[in-house]
Amino acid sequence: MKRFGTVNLTALALGLAFLYLPIAILIIYSFNDSRLVTVWAGASLRWYRELLRDEAMLDAASVSLRVAFLSATLATVLGTLAALALTQRFRGKLLFSGMIYAPLVMPEVITGLSLLLLFVAVEIERGFWTIVLAHTTLTLCFVAVVVHARLVTFDKSLQEAAMDLGCPPLRTFLTITLPLIWPAVASGWMLAFALSLDDLVIASFVTGPGATTLPLRIYSEVRLGVKPEINAVCTIMIAVVALGLIVASLLTKRSASRSLGARV
Amino acid sequence: MQNTQQRDLVTRIAILMPYLWLIALFLVPFLIVLKISFSQTTIAQPPYTPVFDLSEGWEGLKQFFAALSTENYATLVSDSLYLWSYLKSLQVAAISTVILLLTAYPVAYALARAPRRWQGVLVLSVVLPFWTSFLIRVYAWINILQHDGLLNQALIALRIVDAPVTWLATDTAVYIGIVYSYFPFMVLPLFAALEKMDNALLEAAADLGAPPWRAFFQITVPLSLPGIAAGTLLCFIPIVGEFVIPDLLGSSSTAMIGQTLWLEFFGNRDWPVASALAVVLLAILVPPILIYRQRETRQYSPSSFRGAPEARARNP
Repeated sequence: MKRFGTVNLTALALGLAFLYLPIAILIIYSFNDSRLVTVWAGASLRWYRELLRDEAMLDAASVSLRVAFLSATLATVLGTLAALALTQRFRGKLLFSGMIYAPLVMPEVITGLSLLLLFVAVEIERGFWTIVLAHTTLTLCFVAVVVHARLVTFDKSLQEAAMDLGCPPLRTFLTITLPLIWPAVASGWMLAFALSLDDLVIASFVTGPGATTLPLRIYSEVRLGVKPEINAVCTIMIAVVALGLIVASLLTKRSASRSLGARV
Repeated sequence: MQNTQQRDLVTRIAILMPYLWLIALFLVPFLIVLKISFSQTTIAQPPYTPVFDLSEGWEGLKQFFAALSTENYATLVSDSLYLWSYLKSLQVAAISTVILLLTAYPVAYALARAPRRWQGVLVLSVVLPFWTSFLIRVYAWINILQHDGLLNQALIALRIVDAPVTWLATDTAVYIGIVYSYFPFMVLPLFAALEKMDNALLEAAADLGAPPWRAFFQITVPLSLPGIAAGTLLCFIPIVGEFVIPDLLGSSSTAMIGQTLWLEFFGNRDWPVASALAVVLLAILVPPILIYRQRETRQYSPSSFRGAPEARARNP
């Protein structure tokens, strides 16, 4: 029997407080009527209204969302294929797994610099699509690791049974494997989306005119000092992400309980 | 058999697509960085010379190789600024990782011991901040650490200090920012390892008369070693090359290698030197990266195919 105890409770409480306090403060101050972060002047939606008038910020948000959507989708396809590849044996697998795991820990200044130099060398015009390519490359590795972790616990005998019965491999994948691993694939997509939405360093290197992402915009404003509109932007982003996560966890919980009988 | 051939073809294409993508967009860029690190900066587009141009033929190639030089590496070695930057980065990364380990362990332990009903929600709540923007979380600390920010207000109200303390643009702020941002990366691997631990072992130790602290250090900690190793690597390696946190919370004198590289590239427009910095940084980080890759792929060898509880634990 696991006893929980006061020490553990304190540790958890302190840990969660540490994690959430700065975010909570940010959210509270986004509703602060005063321009000064230090003085509370009553609650208002002033900064949200200012935000809606800020063309540059809205533009950046649109760019970020489109980049994130495209790169996440592409990364999920490639990452799932990569995860499947990792379960096979083939020549050159060592290099392959190296290329999958290295970007997970590689400092972003290195990947950003290398991708920019590639685009310059190949003379691709930097802008929206170079950011999409860069984000896809980085996030597909994360998707691969997430999906691979699921595939490892996946019962291969189902696939083998299908193929013994004459089902071609592509159809086996689409009708058997994919439906059973889809929560992992969906998690991978969400992770790729969040990573792309959030990326600053790589986007800084590979961006071009007219392709300012939201982090780039926020970063350039933040360097000039704390601004209440930024609090508002951040609060909105936090709300969107939190909502997405809650919806996702509810969906997976429902599908998990449904397939509890078919434990694969 | 037609089916077998088909299987090979489809599988082969499925493997090739990500493989080729990664070679083109991950491997080749590194080779280019390597090449540029041997080039010289120039006022031109692109701002380096020589430029690799196959149209010049064999003569062009020979000229190309002759124009490469190790000048940039000589610069790195001669100017102590760069050496100091690398050392500073390693120092910050090492200290941050230790702080992370010490602060994340109790939280991970508490998570592992939590009643199963609550574990899901609690783990989700630890992970949730990670899903919000990295930039936002660092920015949140600027709010707090400002001269007239909340930390100073709280300290003055509690009579701990008399006047506002300068937090921003110090190393302390950078450490706070790093520990805050990388916290989930340390908690999750630790949690995964601790959660697997069989409580019967602790019960047995208690039955044999061991006090709780001794059971902790002789049983729990050694068994969580894979989690400690994973968390340490997952944090240390990227922290060395961190840019955003030292840039926003630190000062130019913090001068971690990420900042130095950024400055050389965007500030001085010296792509060759920036490339040389990247190559050396990569050389320093390759051993831990290899160790990390080795650990991660070892768990999934065909022999451990069915028994992969660690894989389940890593399922988000």
